[in-house]
Amino acid sequence: MDLTFIFNTILTLLSGLPLLFKILLPALTTGFIFALCLALARLSSNKIISSVVYLYIYFFRSTPLLVQVFLIYYGLAQLQIIRESFLWQFFKHPYYCMALSLTLNTAAYTAEIIRGGILSVPWSHYEAGRALGMSKSLLFRRIILPVAFRQALPAYGSEIILMVKATSLASTITLMEVTGIAHKIISESFRVIEVFIAAGSIYLLINYLVTRGVYRLEYQLSPHLREAAATTKIQII
Amino acid sequence: MLLATFMTIAVATCAFFLGMILGSLGAASKLSRSPILRQVGQLYTTVFRGVPDLLVIYLFYFGSSQMLMFIARAFGYMGYVEINAFLTGMTAVGIISGAYSTEVFRGAALALPKGEIEAAKAIGMRPWLVFQRIMAPQILRLALPGLGNVWVSSLKETALISVTGLTEIMRQATICAGSTKEPLLFFLIAAGLYLFLVSFSIQVFRKAEIWTSRGFRRN
Repeated sequence: MDLTFIFNTILTLLSGLPLLFKILLPALTTGFIFALCLALARLSSNKIISSVVYLYIYFFRSTPLLVQVFLIYYGLAQLQIIRESFLWQFFKHPYYCMALSLTLNTAAYTAEIIRGGILSVPWSHYEAGRALGMSKSLLFRRIILPVAFRQALPAYGSEIILMVKATSLASTITLMEVTGIAHKIISESFRVIEVFIAAGSIYLLINYLVTRGVYRLEYQLSPHLREAAATTKIQII
Repeated sequence: MLLATFMTIAVATCAFFLGMILGSLGAASKLSRSPILRQVGQLYTTVFRGVPDLLVIYLFYFGSSQMLMFIARAFGYMGYVEINAFLTGMTAVGIISGAYSTEVFRGAALALPKGEIEAAKAIGMRPWLVFQRIMAPQILRLALPGLGNVWVSSLKETALISVTGLTEIMRQATICAGSTKEPLLFFLIAAGLYLFLVSFSIQVFRKAEIWTSRGFRRN
């Protein structure tokens, strides 16, 4: 085990981090907004809308992400219509294709998470809001969504971690992010274990920070549970 | 493509069973009294659930041949040793799915009512008999939904083994797409095959769940 080699490898791999975040962050934010729309559409009473969204979610959750990436990057490029339209400027770049497929993929998973969160809001919350004379959108904005978001947070945290791991697939379509660079170093130096330790520790660090951040947010969003815990402690004493 | 589908099923099945074995060992060590075993279990699940699958596959693909060469050198063999893509891919996916099954089994074991184990001890069952008759059957029943998820995700992970050149669905689709210049068609076929496999396994696991919980009241 060569510690200086590992250290140097980590430094080299860090140059892939900006690209990793450049794929991850837009995918997470646009994916979240899209997922919110999907979750609401899935819960709508209109049968056609909700079943179309169901099919979308089913497709993206049952096929490997790699297939989705290849479909968008290699598959769509085959279509004449896309190559001749303005969309080609978008689809010819591997970066945009990767970001788009991650967005669509995370939207499908997150939509189900948000839907679970919304369904877990007790019915009495709706009744209380209505009794106060809240309009439907106000009720949703002020009561339902905040509670649903808090309920969905732990599951969304693991979805973020899955997305961090999923950015590694960008290396299959020529983008040199952390895994891509690691692959290159392995094939140049043949020091597999050292490179794995270096790249693995970068991903573990990112995921550790994500987990801590989500825990912190969860703690701050549930002050009512904290007080309850404190009072029971006093009772025991 | 059909042959490739069988390859995918074979890799996924072997990996899943390897994962079940590793998962039960992992869960046993995470729940054991020895702090060292607990640490080892913790390290295993943290590393293999936190590092991208692709990186783990690279580790096993490039690492295993290197390791074997090293062992061969130690025994005085100077030639080149090559390991097959099926074995390395299966091991990589198996170890990842093992990390997830560890958590599934651990959760199931913790969900067992303590009273049943105490009751079994009270009537004089030895620890192994308690495990065999009381714990194992119930853990399997409680773990079934979680194992279904692990199976589906390892099925999807096998697509990543295509980078090592094993001709499973994804690799076959890439080859066909390259030679016919019709990537859209072949990747759609690949997506359809995965869709079919996943839907079919969800049905099987649902049936199995109903079958194993037939003695229990539905809530």
